[in-house]
Amino acid sequence: MNAPRKLKVATTSLAGCFGCHMSFLDIDERLLDLLEFIEFDRSPLTDIKHCGPCDIGIIEGGVCNADNVHVLREFRANCKVLIALGACAVNGGLPAQRNHLDLRDILAAVYVTEEGLAPGTQIPNDPELPLPLNQVHPIHEVVRVDYFLPGCPPSADAIWKFLTDLIAGRTPHLGHGLIQYD
Amino acid sequence: MSESSSFILDDQEIPFMPGQSVMQAALTAGVFIPHLCYHPEFRPHGSCKLCTVKINGRPATSCTTPAAAGMAVESNTPEILDKRRTLLQMLLVEGNHFCPSCEKSGFCMLQALGYELGVVAPRFSLLYPTRPVDASHPDVLLDFNRCILCELCIRASTEVDGKFVFALSGRGIKKHLVVNAESGKLADTNFSLADKAAQVCPVGVILPKRKGFAVPIGQRRFDAAPISAHVDEFKPVVSAQGERP
Ligand code: SF4
Ligand code: SF4
Ligand code: FES
Repeated sequence: MNAPRKLKVATTSLAGCFGCHMSFLDIDERLLDLLEFIEFDRSPLTDIKHCGPCDIGIIEGGVCNADNVHVLREFRANCKVLIALGACAVNGGLPAQRNHLDLRDILAAVYVTEEGLAPGTQIPNDPELPLPLNQVHPIHEVVRVDYFLPGCPPSADAIWKFLTDLIAGRTPHLGHGLIQYD
Repeated sequence: MSESSSFILDDQEIPFMPGQSVMQAALTAGVFIPHLCYHPEFRPHGSCKLCTVKINGRPATSCTTPAAAGMAVESNTPEILDKRRTLLQMLLVEGNHFCPSCEKSGFCMLQALGYELGVVAPRFSLLYPTRPVDASHPDVLLDFNRCILCELCIRASTEVDGKFVFALSGRGIKKHLVVNAESGKLADTNFSLADKAAQVCPVGVILPKRKGFAVPIGQRRFDAAPISAHVDEFKPVVSAQGERP
């Protein structure tokens, strides 16, 4: 008898702070239980650079620059199920607090008019750098998203409940105490 | 006289006093109906529509509909819960609700109802409106980003404080809360932290300064139990007949 095939899981952080990934690691030794059922593809945990065909894609962070859009589309194209993990992926979160400001003004405030800058400092324009978007967007405004797990970050218990439900083939249900917006 | 008057709410018999709304009767009987613009101390406003139920098959706001004997009221049905979730989602995307930095988090009715009804996705595109805060007043901060236009502050300032500090202005998606002063600033009104209007906002707009995040996460109003378990806190203060509410 063959053991059931392990589910392939890819994760990434776009315009996030890696707090959601840290919260994921906070499931602690349950990570070993999880690894009985899943294996990681592209993820900060494996350092694989591109996403292959996967069962589950987990996106932390919203979309704040052109590279975020490319990575998000790569995940959507390769993952059967795509999950928005955390406040930033769900509604833009902290980075989206810049949305009522003009992008040029923000860059100027940091690189031009700020006191104490080194002489000659200017707004970075290296072609290697991804172009920032005018506003930060939650990921469902760019690709179709199958599941949302809010929280800043979602607690380890919420992530555990969510993933174990999903792996068992149930619709993830959080319930009081695990669903949180802050 | 009509001690025996009652109606049926989701298979449960709910007694009522003459003059009570469906909402007041349900809350008195310990049955929670989600609401935002209803407040036990004020006349019903009927604007948020979150309390919508079906009465004899027709949608109606339970906070404004007088209870009547023999009504068949549906509240906790998949169809109605779905409509309520949609209303909450529209409110959340129309403002800037960044709960992690909101002092009202854990005490907020909009947030607590989102949890109660299982709202996890925004569903719609976010509007990200530009609404500068008013920090002019020495004791109170106004963060308009979170206003849901329930008019409770307006009702409190007008009916209880007699001060007319707040009003709504504009139409449709442009409707917004304004402060009744030439400058538009709260500091230029006679508003005070002791006003009733400073106590009633169900969300995080009217906030006392220097008090943020005083209660640790885990001990806030809606941390331990969902809002539906707080039903006693929403029971009408005057149960019947003419007088407010
Ligand atoms: S008002 Fe309520 S829903 Fe809005 S940000 Fe504050 S806690 Fe969150
Ligand atoms: S400030 Fe608060 S109480 Fe006043 S209308 Fe807005 S949400 Fe309602
Ligand atoms: S609570 Fe009834 S319409 Fe708002």
